[in-house]
Amino acid sequence: MRPLTTTRTEDRTADRRRARRTAETAGIGWKLLLLKITVLGLLNAVCVYAAMVLFFNERWLIGTLVVVSGALLTWIYFQRGALPAKYLAPGVVFLLIFQVFVIFYSGYVAFTNYGTGHNSTKDHAIHAIMLQTQDRVPDSPTYQLTVIERSGELGFAVTTEDGEVLLGSAEAPLEAAPGAVVQDGRVIEVPDHEVLSFAELVDRQQELTSLSVPLSEDPNAGALRTQDGQRAYVYTSRFVYDESADTLTNTASGEIYTDGGEGAFVTPDGAEVMPGWRVNVGLENFVRAVTEESIRGPLLYVTAWTFGFAFLSVATTFVMGLFLAVVFNDARMKSRKYYRLVMILPYAFPGFLSALVWAGMMNQEFGFINNVLFGGASIPWLSDPWLAKLSILIVNLWLGFPYMFLVCTGALQSIPEELTEAAQMDGARPFQAFRQIKFPLLLVSIAPLLISSFAFNFNNFNLVYMLTGGGPRDIEAGINVGSTDILISMVYKVAFVGSQSDYGLASAFSILIFFIVGTISVIAFRRTRALEELN
Amino acid sequence: MTVNTGRITTMTALLGLGALALTSCGSGDGSGDAGAAEPADSETTESEAAESETTDSDTTDSDTTETEGGEDAASGSLTIWADANRAEVLTDVAEDFESDTGITVEIVQQDFEEIRDQFVSQVPTGEGPDIAVGAHDWLGVLVNNGVVAPVELGDAAAEFEEIAVDAWTYEGQTYGLPYSIENIALLRNTELAPEAPADFEEMIQMGEEAGTEYPFLVGLDPNESDPYHLYPFQTSFGAPVFGTAEDGSYDPSQLSMAEAGGEEFAGWLAEQGEAGVLNLNIDGDLALESFNDGNSPFFLTGPWNVTGAQDAGIDVAVDPIPAAGDQDAQPFAGVQGFFLSSQSENVLAASNFLINYVGTAEVQTALYETGGRAPALTESFEQALSEDEIVAGFGEVGAEAVPMPAIPEMGAVWDDWGSSQAAIIKGDGDPVELWQKMSQDISSAID
Repeated sequence: MRPLTTTRTEDRTADRRRARRTAETAGIGWKLLLLKITVLGLLNAVCVYAAMVLFFNERWLIGTLVVVSGALLTWIYFQRGALPAKYLAPGVVFLLIFQVFVIFYSGYVAFTNYGTGHNSTKDHAIHAIMLQTQDRVPDSPTYQLTVIERSGELGFAVTTEDGEVLLGSAEAPLEAAPGAVVQDGRVIEVPDHEVLSFAELVDRQQELTSLSVPLSEDPNAGALRTQDGQRAYVYTSRFVYDESADTLTNTASGEIYTDGGEGAFVTPDGAEVMPGWRVNVGLENFVRAVTEESIRGPLLYVTAWTFGFAFLSVATTFVMGLFLAVVFNDARMKSRKYYRLVMILPYAFPGFLSALVWAGMMNQEFGFINNVLFGGASIPWLSDPWLAKLSILIVNLWLGFPYMFLVCTGALQSIPEELTEAAQMDGARPFQAFRQIKFPLLLVSIAPLLISSFAFNFNNFNLVYMLTGGGPRDIEAGINVGSTDILISMVYKVAFVGSQSDYGLASAFSILIFFIVGTISVIAFRRTRALEELN
Repeated sequence: MTVNTGRITTMTALLGLGALALTSCGSGDGSGDAGAAEPADSETTESEAAESETTDSDTTDSDTTETEGGEDAASGSLTIWADANRAEVLTDVAEDFESDTGITVEIVQQDFEEIRDQFVSQVPTGEGPDIAVGAHDWLGVLVNNGVVAPVELGDAAAEFEEIAVDAWTYEGQTYGLPYSIENIALLRNTELAPEAPADFEEMIQMGEEAGTEYPFLVGLDPNESDPYHLYPFQTSFGAPVFGTAEDGSYDPSQLSMAEAGGEEFAGWLAEQGEAGVLNLNIDGDLALESFNDGNSPFFLTGPWNVTGAQDAGIDVAVDPIPAAGDQDAQPFAGVQGFFLSSQSENVLAASNFLINYVGTAEVQTALYETGGRAPALTESFEQALSEDEIVAGFGEVGAEAVPMPAIPEMGAVWDDWGSSQAAIIKGDGDPVELWQKMSQDISSAID
């Protein structure tokens, strides 16, 4: 009997599979198929174009990625079945671009010295140094310039102030040019040379703007250079770059700058030439965050306040939200619907706008709170270190309780009323019934939300930035960190405020924040699993 | 202007930078996003044109200035980043440039406050512009990041106001073609105070006689004061931030404000704070509102608030800033200009465009007419001053102003300066001690 049943089940599954396939093909229909082909065709066209442009610009890695992901997507959607992949593919693509890439990129930056002065590659830095250290010889005259060419090599034909015509090129220093024709102070014809028109200059502008024609055999006399192709000036170079030795030499003092390995040219006694370039510095940013006194002190302080802020924010909003939810859930309350509607309002306004309005209301002298609520008292809500902390918590309570109110109301309504009734039958007082029956059940569904709320408040940049800007600053601290700064606003200050940005250090901080929030969330979610066993 | 940056703009800048980090590292994604397609490099068209044009170069054109050679049009393109106001004017100039030279100009509109950071991060990726518009106090950041190239103004430098060229000079190099000068001055409500005050005391006296709510207004911040707006008073005590080196540039090793003049200024701040003349709780918006409501005859502010006051029906006069100490009250000047990218492949076209087109009186005047700030080119400057009393008022103060230091050390000064001033005005301790503490912190941050 047994083999028979197996064949029968096999038959049945085969039948089912066949049926599903027929249904699928019939379901797709030719119109959908056409749409699918069109969309995938467009996608592939864009991919091919993007890849071509990228390869043309020598961006091999990204170009390859475009080709591979385009091919992968096409393959997924032309497959039979593979339904999960079809649903997930677009989401995964966006996840990779907007989340995974960003995370890995900040991870990468944390191990570099990226920031002001270390902004690009070494080649770019050398190029910039050479550009920025061409010093025009003081009080030197302007030379009216004509650019000439002989057998492909560019040269300068200039007129001096006393009308003399000089000729030179990169290899040949300036010398008198007999036979040149001058009109209106400018050379217009030179024997054996071609005079270049403006259009030709534009076509060869990179060659032209890097051309320097020595004034004489003496290299210290300087060289003529031009930027606009019409006027030339005498410059001396502050530095000479020796490509084979990879050193910069100061032409005036003879000092030699070498690549110190930390992304800048340095002398043996430590003098640097800026700009430098981006290099990998390993764990240095992390080491600095914990060892450098001027960073460690504020970091510890800010970390402590961040924890306090996030915890207190969750606690206050939860207590308030729960209280209101319980009150408005009571059947004896008349017109609860309307009250509930009003309760949601703070949640409906954009958070940063509310924070700005609150900042105005908390003005010490003209704010609504001091003027109206406290009858003209002068309470420094935002400029006293402790009151500013309190103010932030108050405003966050205002912004955050509607959310807690909403989720608590939802959770309360899903708890069957019979449970409370049964408890009351057994002689429990209302509070007891709430405390021991409803609350634990409530926590089962709310606890994960509390954890995510903690994580959100841990990085609540908008509120801090809009309300206090991290201030008031402790002028005793000696570093630009305020008493309401949380980690993320400190990261912002390190990265973007002032003239010295340090993206590397800021990224290292972000990674620390990521690990803190991650660890706490993992531990907390483990704990809530214990709660679930109640059900 | 670093000091006036609105919080919301900075927020958007932060968001923008996040997005930018993405794009800068290649935006190819394969999800069918059209944004992945980047514009093809213009080099192909350039080299093609080069081949076709070498043939007709023997003809010696009678035109001496090559830019006018209309028949042998050059190819290539320039990209310019400018804010909305500037973009409008530049569009017209760009058309002239295009028809004269054949080089196409693409103007990309950007938020002014965002240009600096965008420029710093985009130039290394090769996606940056050839030219961008900006403020001179960005130079420290731009130069240290190696993203700007000097612009040789040559003899044209003498045609600009001295302060404009000085401001755009950094470590001996000129990095931009200036177009406007911006500074604060004293706005006076002529109905409440018919005469310009000679010094600070007289101004307060006149303000009290006017019988208004406040004798004098200046926008401050409860925690950060506003060192930018209070700077003219500081200089009137002979306490500039930095001393100057021989070539006239700021020398970060001389923190001049740490000297006796600075301490005297600190004492003055404490006095004015106690007297209620300087009130930290009046921020810029409140000050503007009070002035527009006629609640004070004097308001220390910049040209950006003049239109608002005039719209509110105030008859405004612009006066020199009255000195509180015994020296001249010199505000900071911010000079806006155009600068070149160090990675630009079109230096010749770009510098021609700047010097021969943007540097002309016509364009400078047009830029002044849309922007409302005194032009940097002397010819346009004088014309603007003779035409408009308000601009003349600001321009006269501006001529005496000092460029805001662009050196990176200024960042360290901003960090401590405002919060210490706020503490002094609030009376949180001995003014001289607070000032000394600030000076020490700044010095140690600079080293």
